[in-house]
Amino acid sequence: MPCLLVDSSSIDPFTMMTYNPSMLQELEELRAGALRELQGIRDLKEMEAWRVRYLGKKSRLTQVLRGLASLSVEERKTTGALANEIKRQLEESLSHREHTLREAHLAARAGESVDITLPGRPCPVGRLHPLTQTIEEICGIFATMGFQVAEGPDVEWDYYNFEALNIPEEHPARDVMSTSWIDYQADGKRPMLLRTHTTSVTARTLERLEPPIRVIEPGRVYRYEASDATHVPMFHQIDGVAVDKGITMADLKGALYEFARRFFGADRRVRFRCDYFPFVEPGVEMAIECAVCHGDGCRLCGNSGWIEVLGAGMTHPRVLERGGIDPQVYGSFAFGIGIDRLPMLRYGIDDVRLFYGSDLRFLRQF
Amino acid sequence: MKAPLKWLRDYVDITLPAAEIARRLTMAGHEVKDMEVTGSDWEGVVVGQIMEIKPHPNADRLTLPTVDLGAGQETVVCGAPNLRVGDKIAFARVGAQILDPATGKLARLTPSKIRGVVSSGMVCSERELGISDNHQGIMVLPPDAPVGMPLAGYLGDTILDLDITPNRPDCLSITGLAREIAALTGQSFRSPDTGYEEAGPEIGRQVSVTIADPALCPRYCASLVNGVTVAPSPPWMQARLRACGMRPINNVVDITNYVMLEYGQPLHAFDYDKLGGKVIIRPAREGETLVTLDGEERTLSADMLVIADEGRAVALAGVMGGASTEVTGGTTSILLESASFYPASIHHTSQKLLLGSEASARFERGISAGVSGSALRRATRLLVELAGGKASQGIIDNYPGRAEIAPIPLSAGEIKRILGVELALEEIAGALSSLGFDCKADGTELKVAAPYWRSDIRLTVDLVEEVARVTGYDRIPMTMLSQPIPRHDPDPLIALRQQVRQGLACYGFQEVVTFSLVGRATLERLAAEPRPLEPEPLRVTNPMTADQEYLRPNLRGNLLLALSANRRHESGGMKLFELGKVYLPREKMLPAEPYALCGILSGARTERTWLTGDQPVDFFDAKGVVEGIFARLGIEAGFEPGEDEGLHPARQAGIVVAGERVGVLGEAHPKVLHAFEIGEPVYLFEVDISALLPHAAAIKTFQPLPRFPGTFRDVALLVDAGTSYRQLYDIIKGFPLVSQVALFDLFTGGPVPEGKKSMAYRIIFRAPDHTLTDAEVDEVQRQVLGRLEKELGAVQR
Ligand SMILES: [Zn+2]
Repeated sequence: MPCLLVDSSSIDPFTMMTYNPSMLQELEELRAGALRELQGIRDLKEMEAWRVRYLGKKSRLTQVLRGLASLSVEERKTTGALANEIKRQLEESLSHREHTLREAHLAARAGESVDITLPGRPCPVGRLHPLTQTIEEICGIFATMGFQVAEGPDVEWDYYNFEALNIPEEHPARDVMSTSWIDYQADGKRPMLLRTHTTSVTARTLERLEPPIRVIEPGRVYRYEASDATHVPMFHQIDGVAVDKGITMADLKGALYEFARRFFGADRRVRFRCDYFPFVEPGVEMAIECAVCHGDGCRLCGNSGWIEVLGAGMTHPRVLERGGIDPQVYGSFAFGIGIDRLPMLRYGIDDVRLFYGSDLRFLRQF
Repeated sequence: MKAPLKWLRDYVDITLPAAEIARRLTMAGHEVKDMEVTGSDWEGVVVGQIMEIKPHPNADRLTLPTVDLGAGQETVVCGAPNLRVGDKIAFARVGAQILDPATGKLARLTPSKIRGVVSSGMVCSERELGISDNHQGIMVLPPDAPVGMPLAGYLGDTILDLDITPNRPDCLSITGLAREIAALTGQSFRSPDTGYEEAGPEIGRQVSVTIADPALCPRYCASLVNGVTVAPSPPWMQARLRACGMRPINNVVDITNYVMLEYGQPLHAFDYDKLGGKVIIRPAREGETLVTLDGEERTLSADMLVIADEGRAVALAGVMGGASTEVTGGTTSILLESASFYPASIHHTSQKLLLGSEASARFERGISAGVSGSALRRATRLLVELAGGKASQGIIDNYPGRAEIAPIPLSAGEIKRILGVELALEEIAGALSSLGFDCKADGTELKVAAPYWRSDIRLTVDLVEEVARVTGYDRIPMTMLSQPIPRHDPDPLIALRQQVRQGLACYGFQEVVTFSLVGRATLERLAAEPRPLEPEPLRVTNPMTADQEYLRPNLRGNLLLALSANRRHESGGMKLFELGKVYLPREKMLPAEPYALCGILSGARTERTWLTGDQPVDFFDAKGVVEGIFARLGIEAGFEPGEDEGLHPARQAGIVVAGERVGVLGEAHPKVLHAFEIGEPVYLFEVDISALLPHAAAIKTFQPLPRFPGTFRDVALLVDAGTSYRQLYDIIKGFPLVSQVALFDLFTGGPVPEGKKSMAYRIIFRAPDHTLTDAEVDEVQRQVLGRLEKELGAVQR
């Protein structure tokens, strides 16, 4: 596309003025005309045209200055002096005029305001589910401690959910975790179930990987339970396991404290107490100080002042052995966190069913 | 497990406040969920003694007892038949809160005139104090009750309510908890009194016990008490049973329950005269019947254990006694059983018969066989003391399952290796000894024997936990993992899913998370025409509800349900997605669990604002999202006609990557929408995310930026209405100098003849090695148009 400015420069009104008897007079007229014209200029585009016309390479003034060499010494002196003076004056006037015009423009635009309270053109806003956000946050915290994410099947063999975790048949812990069994029989038994905890993935991880191991395992878990505000038949857990020479319960406390500090904030006290899970020994329960009563006891924390966050412990030697790991050589800790409870605590959500109800009025809040 | 502090005090001195005891128990693994203080509403009720009883002048059935309250006496009107001079009773002063037996509500006692006599106070029944439902007469307190003492101080108590973990059946008992408290507070434990006078002939001459299978019954102890009088048990025993949530029955039954609470060992009392002297513990005969104490006739099978006499079963071992040998009012001779049964067998029997009892629950947890003997002696003592019985000489103690467990070694090094804390051997031994463990020093380590009441100690780590519990988990420092970070390869599917989720959120989709279990009706509604589900989805055996019966083979049903539910309170544009597992059955294997994506769109494309209209979404919104996601992943997707039965037959496409079908998109079939009660068009897409992995994982290749400018030409073409965009595109794009092709206009009607359509393309030409001249571009364009005309009959407009 040809440029407009180049266009206008090709028209030179002054080539017609060469008949002027005196060069000096011609220059004076040029000066007067240019200055008059400049005063009438209203925008920057016109101004550029003016500049090209009077000060550009093809302008009369430039021609005159270039042609000085062909003049007599006297003429050269007077004409040259005048032409240079005019050039300087036009340049100054241009610069001045330009400044005035820009100021005027700004002043004029200041009046063209928008109603800044009007809503903007809408951008689509989608959100991730609060449980997804929580899982990613937890995985992120443990990732900084060197834990890698691994996953296992939701539909699981009895072996990985129970046997391998030191929960043989008839173990009382099986009753606590009411199990949904899959309608599938082999050798008169029902070996297939919906995993009751993501610890089943730990059993698989120990079997699959050689130490050293640091793995976390988020996923869906299932219980044969009726729904109410604190129970749903499916929820989320994240298990984790670390195996290496020299890992102790002090490392367990350190790693889990770091998780609590990062997730709940440094101002919440953390409590480690003895608890029982068949796949660890010693067993640990970690609780954080109740945010409502700060340990004094209230309705939220069942008057204990503490809120259970996770179960953990030193991986049971029999569990390590089943995974082909020598418990005399390797130290190992394992933990399991109920995920749904965490956003419930953080946001004060009082009904776990809201996570699975797909209600946009709920989901849009996160 | 409920544990009254006063009962615990029988066996351990409690010097710390109840809250501190509760805290220490909780920290050591016995969570105190609740603490109940009883008697706190007995304000104004004191222990009194009846000094004299005068008849009421105006009523035969009323009396006027005078009660000594220590500081002063009161005479009141009383209607109870069991008043006796000298008895200690609970006296409510005016102003006390008393349960009104008529209304069942607490009421403040005021002075009243009864048949002309003023009564300022009341002698209370158990019902009025909220102790029991007994309103037959006034409550008589033991003779040693101190006159004038507030009743709350005398009878009130603090009751701990504990969650006992499955590994500690010994702590389902007062003695077990008292032992724990002793260890945790530096006190010593006192054993219950198990001594009694033996009288009459040796028990072995009257009773024989035969254990058919020692694996199922490792120990069977029995004692025989004659001359028993069955009557109510003393009030203190009844009060303790009630405090622990048990209902008093009679002295014999109450004693067995009381000792069960004390020792954790379930006991059973047989009427010896109905049972006879031969006791056989054997598997039931297949089809054998037994009427249990609850009056039900039960048909037994060979995998159940029974107590039998020579002919018939008389009790379900460890679960429930039989009606034929039940202790009744006329019973005088008691054969008391204290035994150990194999937990799994009890569990199995109880499950199979759907019959659970306090006893079976305890046996299932694995009570130590070591406790049977002392619990039996304790109960026998109480029968002698409280039921007037005479105990035969000796007890039966048939203990074929006695196992000598070798002492377990434990060193300070092992403590350090597992706990990460340095403890001196003496401190370790001290902690274990306080719990009743026997520690013998053997060089640098201990040889530790667990006490007879512990059934949970097997390995060195079990001892490590005991030491950690008693010394306190707070003693263990907190350290950060110091070993090098292990090398694991990340699962690329996780990152891929994250990318897809983020992309969809950017496109305005809300993520939902729905249950993996769905109802059959939901799945069946997904097909426009009724047809069997193919393949049959995985089913759970005992679904809690019909809509939680099958493992979802797709996500579509749940999303349509979610849309339908949200439509009840919200109109406007709605874009939802879920990215989660679906479950596809496989023969004799765990199901395949690929990650699937399903997104649905309905309503307006954008909300209606002063800048935007509210045009409804269409097929190309869904397709645009799919294309956008695939572009983000760097995967090239193709689209081919689809045949999904849940989608509109003419408005759907299969999504193809590298020749493989990975998904589908289209408009939901109107019949399907109708079934989900959705009254507007819905567009959806489904993609098998797991199947994308091999294509997305490829490393992206870098193309140098073009060095020479491109030139574009716009061409409008008239083609048959049936010609597809893709046909034209492929031909145009096939020319080497064509770098980009974009359709920018499509229309029919108007100047376009019937059966034709007009398609306008902008074609960008570019050569990698020089700037194309107009002549070169003209030539390529001519060739393009020539091919289009020859192959598709396209004419330039
Ligand atoms: Zn609280």
